[in-house]
Amino acid sequence: MEEIAMSENKCSALIIGGSAGSLDVLLNVIPKLKETMSFPIVIVLHRKKGTDSLLTELLASKSSLRVKEVDEKEQPLPRTVYIAPSDYHLLFEKDGSFSLDYSEKVNYSRPSIDVVFQSAAEVFTNELVCLLLSGSNADGVNGLEQVKTYGGKAWVQNPDCATVPYMPQQAINIVNTDKVLTIEEMIYSINALDNTA
Amino acid sequence: MIIANQISDQEIETLLEEILDYYGYDFTEYARASIKRRILRIFTLEKFETFLQLRNKVINDRKFFKRFVEEITVNVTEMFRDPKFYKCLRSDILPKLAAYPFIRIWLAGCSTGEEAYSIAILLKELGLLEKSLIYATDLNPIVLEKAESGIFSLSQMKTYSKNYIESGGIKDFSSYYTATYDLVKFNRDLRKKMIFSTHNLVSDRSFNEFQLILCRNVFIYFDRDLQHKVLQLFDASLEKNCFLALGTKETIDFSSIARKYERIQNQKIWRKLQ
Repeated sequence: MEEIAMSENKCSALIIGGSAGSLDVLLNVIPKLKETMSFPIVIVLHRKKGTDSLLTELLASKSSLRVKEVDEKEQPLPRTVYIAPSDYHLLFEKDGSFSLDYSEKVNYSRPSIDVVFQSAAEVFTNELVCLLLSGSNADGVNGLEQVKTYGGKAWVQNPDCATVPYMPQQAINIVNTDKVLTIEEMIYSINALDNTA
Repeated sequence: MIIANQISDQEIETLLEEILDYYGYDFTEYARASIKRRILRIFTLEKFETFLQLRNKVINDRKFFKRFVEEITVNVTEMFRDPKFYKCLRSDILPKLAAYPFIRIWLAGCSTGEEAYSIAILLKELGLLEKSLIYATDLNPIVLEKAESGIFSLSQMKTYSKNYIESGGIKDFSSYYTATYDLVKFNRDLRKKMIFSTHNLVSDRSFNEFQLILCRNVFIYFDRDLQHKVLQLFDASLEKNCFLALGTKETIDFSSIARKYERIQNQKIWRKLQ
């Protein structure tokens, strides 16, 4: 049933936002994703600035998908995992290309997950899936609400298996989430979005 | 929370056209995602009820328009931001310019001046400041006033000092300023080789020939066409064998001027070959 529902709304982009305790989740999930993935995956992770290449290399070494850092004005491609650079906000232009912005921090964060979810919501509307992982603040919760307003899907990590449950729990409390997922379920659900299968 | 769908893309276009007609400031080739977010921000901050109210205030209230420009152009900056970049300037680029009798540097989009003071510190430590001139320009006169004052917040100094050390600085960073309460004022001798002036990259022309042009984290706000036009302006303003530096996420690769340039190491610095 679920896959029939998804095929009506094809997925044009999956955006994963995370903070404290999210890196382990990504290291478990990204390597298990199908290499045929028919849409781009964008990762927005709170972290120290200047650690970009480390994260990209780490994920690239474990994944069969292409992993690269976002370049400004770049058009996202399928079968690719994009890492939002540290210390910039990530936005989307109307044609789906990436745009960067060095304005004030939002929720003490740059990149802010709220900012990227909100911008993506407007551009990809009901073809967007956003997933919020472990974290100790509420960045991303308002963004998920915006995603729902535009008809996209809001997924969150199951707080019971999150290293820091606060962020996904806030999302569940406030947003009408579509899925609450363990790591195994995440792998299954993301792979099920792939419509090349 | 910002309700993006309160304002249509068409309304944004209309506002930008009106600003161009009325004030001559051309934001029509700015990347839309960012400028729309900035306009929504001021809409929310000022508690406008309709977009028409905002449009009317922008057009009829010159003082508000100044503030509007300050808000929609991003003026967030740091001293010695991206220490590796400054390390390359210190160890590689500026020593190459030491052979010139006179070093002219253009800092385009200098905002509140943090980069200008960073570069002046590098030049001073390399013994080049006396024969250098830093032309620091921005379209926004309000930020230039701040830059000219050389006064910054004390709370930032810990970060800047850390950046400075990571960029290869070996002096005591606090020797470059005097602190009073929660503000610091940078030493006068750094300031004397800086010229601050308004310059609009969209509409103003080349005004000199330079050995180094820095324009970092300005291009991210421009669309590709405007980026290309500004690169042509920089190309026309840069002496052969000299250097152009952009922000860490920016590039010249898409532009026709790229074939005349060679990239330096892994930095976003290009040398003009012809």
